Amino acid sequence: MTSSSHVNRRTLLKRSALAGALTIPGVAALSSCASGGGGGDGDTTGPGEVTDSNPFGVADDGDIEVVIFDGGFGDEYARDTARIFEENYGSVKLDSTQEISQLMQPRLVGGTPPDMINNSGANQMPHPALIRDNQIADLTELFDAPSWDDPSVPVRDTLVPGTIEAGQYGSEAVYHLNYAFTVHGTWYSRKFLNEVMEEEYPQTWDEMIRVCEKAKRDHDVYGWTYAGQHARYLSFTLLPMAVKIGGKQVLEAIDRLDEGAWKQDGVVAAFEAFEEIAARGLLLPGTPGIDHIDSQTEWAQGKALFLPCGSWVENESKEVIPDDFDLAVGAPTGLDSSDALPFGTIYAVAGEEFIVPQNAANRAGGMEFLRLMLSKDMARNFTEKLSSLTCVQGAADGVDLPPGLTTAQEAIDAAGENIIAPRFRGWYPELFIDHMGVAMGQMMAGDLTAAQATDRIQQEADKIAANDSVEKFL
Amino acid sequence: MHSEVPPAGEGAAGNSATGNAGGAGAPGGAVSVATPPPPGRPGPRAPYRAPTAQLVLTFFLPPNLTPEAVKYDRRYRTLDKYRFISWFLAVPLVFYLLLVAWPFVQAFYYSLTDWSGYGTEFNFIGFGNYTRLWNDSQFWDATRNSLVLLVLAPVITLALGLFFAYMLNAGGRHRKNETVSGVYGSKFYKIVYFFPQVLSVAIIAVIWARAFSPRSGVVNPLLENVGLGGLTQSDWLGKYGLWVTLLVLCWSFVGFYVVLFSASMGSIPKEIYEASLLDGANRSTTFFRITFPLTWDAIKTGWIYMGIQALDAFAIVSIMIPRQGIDVLPTFLYLKAFRDGDAAYATAVGVVLFLLTLTFALIMMRVGRRDRIEF
Repeated sequence: MTSSSHVNRRTLLKRSALAGALTIPGVAALSSCASGGGGGDGDTTGPGEVTDSNPFGVADDGDIEVVIFDGGFGDEYARDTARIFEENYGSVKLDSTQEISQLMQPRLVGGTPPDMINNSGANQMPHPALIRDNQIADLTELFDAPSWDDPSVPVRDTLVPGTIEAGQYGSEAVYHLNYAFTVHGTWYSRKFLNEVMEEEYPQTWDEMIRVCEKAKRDHDVYGWTYAGQHARYLSFTLLPMAVKIGGKQVLEAIDRLDEGAWKQDGVVAAFEAFEEIAARGLLLPGTPGIDHIDSQTEWAQGKALFLPCGSWVENESKEVIPDDFDLAVGAPTGLDSSDALPFGTIYAVAGEEFIVPQNAANRAGGMEFLRLMLSKDMARNFTEKLSSLTCVQGAADGVDLPPGLTTAQEAIDAAGENIIAPRFRGWYPELFIDHMGVAMGQMMAGDLTAAQATDRIQQEADKIAANDSVEKFL
Repeated sequence: MHSEVPPAGEGAAGNSATGNAGGAGAPGGAVSVATPPPPGRPGPRAPYRAPTAQLVLTFFLPPNLTPEAVKYDRRYRTLDKYRFISWFLAVPLVFYLLLVAWPFVQAFYYSLTDWSGYGTEFNFIGFGNYTRLWNDSQFWDATRNSLVLLVLAPVITLALGLFFAYMLNAGGRHRKNETVSGVYGSKFYKIVYFFPQVLSVAIIAVIWARAFSPRSGVVNPLLENVGLGGLTQSDWLGKYGLWVTLLVLCWSFVGFYVVLFSASMGSIPKEIYEASLLDGANRSTTFFRITFPLTWDAIKTGWIYMGIQALDAFAIVSIMIPRQGIDVLPTFLYLKAFRDGDAAYATAVGVVLFLLTLTFALIMMRVGRRDRIEF
């Protein structure tokens, strides 16, 4: 298409007016805007020799292009990885941007994507759509390949459980590698709770109410606050609580968009528990209208005791968290001893998605870059530099972690099998953000009861289940 | 304001030409001066007519290639005029068609498909997206909000703009040697009103979001301090998103209209005010009988412009309003296209928005048509 428009331009420029010359390539460009490119084939293997240390056969001089989301993690870790990559193979062209979607969407559609994309952040491209259009390569090859550190162990055995599942969409294929491991839960100042209030972290809801009332009465500190404008943050505590009460099938039903999934006893009980917090006036006043930064700041200043958040809070709010805060994360408090799962059940999931485009020129190189990132050295480097756990097992061992992350690591160890990760969050973002999140916020603001909130979410989940234009993954 | 009436000489020539064309048997005085007829031409009673094909061809040819036969046709004068205009407009017209009209046509086509925005293959599904829109309550909410803004924002902004501009230009007390004058310090106010226009819309949205924050904002304490503590809210942006958007939209644009209307009012001759004041007119009479009619053109233009701003409001809503608040059509479109990967559906929303804007502009141009007053 490009060459033909050049010919047109050249011949036309000689003969016709400037306007006419501008028309032709312009029309060509516009009409090609959704119909360029083409599907890639299934074979990833590159032109190089396939060995245990080069399982994808990347050519010795094979150049690759990677694009990194320049968000909270920056791009330094990727540049470190690129340096090692270049020692073994060709050069790495590394770009970092916050506008992943704006820059990458046209290239994917045009059939000329880079070899690896860190598809994360506020401008990430929706994975379900990318998968439907066959734009992402299946990473199963990567997980079956020998690991960087020990060729006798495949990559999949070096990862924290749940990592591979996080990239699956209803089939065996794995479409993205989730690199950073995030622990969601109830964050608090251990110093304030243990030393000032002389209390332990509450494990039943009666305890929770008592501790919150005591904090308010004796210390003028409210029990809870959360990111009111992004009320879905409540689910970081509320959903694992529902699972703890009702068992793992609670979340499976929700992920499947089952009829009545949101009306299960465990879900309604968890909603009612949080409704009680609001009804008893234990919620920091004004919380429904503040954003995540405000809520984290007020909480760090000691205006509220507990905050539902993820392990990024330690880094994101480090400017406002006092040095002697002794940050800790607690697994969600349950109802009582009759709960289906033990205390410790936690919402932990690998995030920060990395994809290899199906039509990448050097797909083998993109996979190899990811395999290198999953080496122990690179993962440790990531944890040391960015205070974040990775999906690589044991990579944080011996690393001097900040207090919050240390407790996060402990929480994962304590949870054992009882780690949950809601999948509908990535599959049906509209349900997670617009319906569940909003209904939770309205309940905390006192506009809806727990029953009404769950009714509303159920209605919307039913609508999505019935909507044929939304792809289902289970 | 420019007069639309052409200069006298040209007008006279034009008149006589028209007279010639229609009148039976009038000697072609004025015409023959402009284009001397060739020898052997038909008499004045049967005017010469060139073949239509040649006339059409002439339109696309440069003037020096005009066929001789056409030059002596009466209609050549009109043709020459329009040829002159359209040739000068050719380049912008091509750009317009290419960069505005053609994408609209494409958008309409994509709205009939199921394109996700991320792939190269899609199916033609007819009006499926529009049927979905019809049954989508989120779409109707967004439409309702956009329409409320479309109706209210121009009314409020233009009324305030007119009022302030009038006060700044003619609302002051009478001073020596001045028939009309603005209120004291009007130049300073003009700058103050214009100030929001200097700020980027993103900054405006962030500032107002802070102001309405229930914990650290100024709105709640302000209400308490003036004894309206009962009106304070714990979630202004979530519960009253539409009205906050309206407020911010009006606030940020009122200054522009103060300056626009000031310029328009400044060109009204002082003698008109003088005469009306001598006749004993008070301020409201002067405003409604003189200022308002004489700034009507600026108001009409402003109305359309403000209406389009209100139909957009994308930056303000997407930055300031949380998810529990409102959507307007452009933010709904954005969510569908970029969060839900449903580009074709979003394009259908875009087509609806386009039709809405077009209807609005057409209605406004019809309603606003009045006799122009020359002065």
